[in-house]
Amino acid sequence: MIEVKNLVKDYGGHLAVDHLSFTIEDGQIYGFLGPNGAGKSTTMNIMAGYLGATEGQVLINGHDILEDAEEAKRCIGYLPELPPLYVDMTTEEYLNFAAALKKIPKKEREASVEAAISMARLSDVRGRLIRNLSKGYRQRVGLAQAMLGMPPVIILDEPTVGLDPKQIIEIRDLIRELGKKHTVILSSHILSEVSAVCDRIMIISGGRLVASGTPENLERRMTGGPRLELMVKGAPQKARSIAEGFLDSGAVSVTSKKEDGTEFTLLTLDLETDIREALFYAYAQAEMPIYSMNMTRASLEEVFLELTETGKMVQKEKTEKGIKRLLGKRKQKETEGFGPVVSEAEAETGGVAREELLHREEVRR
Amino acid sequence: MSTIYRRELKSYFDSMIGYLIIAFLVFFLGIYFFAYNLSGGYPYFSAALSGMTVMMLIAIPILTMRSFSEERKNKTDQLLFTSPVSIWGIVWGKYLSMVTVFAIPTALFCICPLIIQANGTAYLAADYGSLLAFFLMGCVFIAVGMWISSLTESLVTAAVGTFGCLLLLLLWPSLVGFLPESAFGSLVGFWVIWSMAVFAFYRITESQAAASALEAAGTVMLVLLYLWNRNMFEHALVHALEAVAVEEVFERFVLEQTFDLGGLLFYLSLIGLFLFLTCQSLERRRWS
Repeated sequence: MIEVKNLVKDYGGHLAVDHLSFTIEDGQIYGFLGPNGAGKSTTMNIMAGYLGATEGQVLINGHDILEDAEEAKRCIGYLPELPPLYVDMTTEEYLNFAAALKKIPKKEREASVEAAISMARLSDVRGRLIRNLSKGYRQRVGLAQAMLGMPPVIILDEPTVGLDPKQIIEIRDLIRELGKKHTVILSSHILSEVSAVCDRIMIISGGRLVASGTPENLERRMTGGPRLELMVKGAPQKARSIAEGFLDSGAVSVTSKKEDGTEFTLLTLDLETDIREALFYAYAQAEMPIYSMNMTRASLEEVFLELTETGKMVQKEKTEKGIKRLLGKRKQKETEGFGPVVSEAEAETGGVAREELLHREEVRR
Repeated sequence: MSTIYRRELKSYFDSMIGYLIIAFLVFFLGIYFFAYNLSGGYPYFSAALSGMTVMMLIAIPILTMRSFSEERKNKTDQLLFTSPVSIWGIVWGKYLSMVTVFAIPTALFCICPLIIQANGTAYLAADYGSLLAFFLMGCVFIAVGMWISSLTESLVTAAVGTFGCLLLLLLWPSLVGFLPESAFGSLVGFWVIWSMAVFAFYRITESQAAASALEAAGTVMLVLLYLWNRNMFEHALVHALEAVAVEEVFERFVLEQTFDLGGLLFYLSLIGLFLFLTCQSLERRRWS
């Protein structure tokens, strides 16, 4: 079990981690999710004992990472953002060195190096200099290093960054495999990755924990009830007044659009209960035919974007309001035929968006 | 510690740097040895050895520059500092590996007095005493270089910084000669040194109150001592600073053929000091 209590890291006036507290239970895969610069790496570096915190405490299985450092570090395997590889060593030499550093007893050393090599599928490159390995292999060597000796806690900082799609899937499978016996904490700024492998998600933004829970829980808690989008023929005022017969005026938003001289109204309704049938009859009575009706639920992705884009917004109320506003806009885009929404942040990093799509493919299959 | 020691040593000899340094030192010692002893006929090997001090200025920075800078640059220090190894273990492992590299040419030098003896009269005791002092002086230089390497992540900065520091140590006795010898001049000099020490203390502890108190106490002490016994301050600054001239100890071995045990202890304590400073600078980096 890992307990992080009131962690603060102050980089000369800039708070990278801002009073962060959480507990990590054994035997689960945890995902730290947050945009770049949210404080994920700093938090992980502190948990692994590389950096000292300005304030607060980290307990690894009851050992303080600073005061009882050796015992605490024995419980952790850590893969930093950039794998800490000595490029002048071969894969096997490096893993042997890391095993000795981790004080794995001599008798078990060979076996644990072999186990790590086979788990990370490195047997092809065991005799090659790390200098000559591709990025994907280097990442796997780093991962093998973190698994050496099978520590109870494995911390992986962005384990799939820079890998090709096939490697990403391989590494994800490996992480799932690890999660059966170990506590795994991984960080990512890609939501699909976290929701694909993690049992629990912690969303970090601006150095704070803005939300945490299982993926399903987060989705349910943060997005409220379902949302109905419909397109009816007729004037917006009338369409609105009919909808308001069933809902508060705050739950109804309306836009109008003209197609071939005919006026249509697009409505977005936040539902408490399913009123689709009642709406159908009401609009039929008013002689306003419904052209389309679509019920949706906000995805985790949208929760994540809203939570992290607003940065310092921590009060849940504020956040929920924000999500609703955002969702209105996004759904509109989707219905206008833009296809799956790719966020601005993802659009900037083409590779990441590709990974997203790839993962969707994977899930569909 | 032994894990790190073995890895470092292996990496010195995988990357040629180890061979390069050994070849460099042996080559230049060969030239001095030939010029002074074989060709010149001077029976003291220590004379040739004293010429090597300048060569150390070049060899030691190259040996030490990568010790911590490279780790930091390649982020491999993350592996070391998240492993269940103490910082002392890391520092000792690295330090001993560099000392081992330096010990190899020094061991080769040990043959030279025997060559002299085979061809005439040799002063073995004096020569081997000098060799010991030479070796320990090298160890001090390595400790200084390692400390500077721990301060920066640029290899060039580490090498140039170490070179500058070692040059300063070498020129120290001549530089001290320019300092004021009067009582008042000494007072000011001591005050400046004390203030610098307090500043360093402040940077390490970040405790303004303690630093201010120390500064005030030191200033008052110095002024009171000065008022109480002005004569005590005559030449005092120069004498005090001459005492820390690192290279002088080795020079005494060479020129006076005396076995200066105090000087060797001085070297050992300097090594301890710089190893401690290295640990401090590594530790500090985690907190800043």
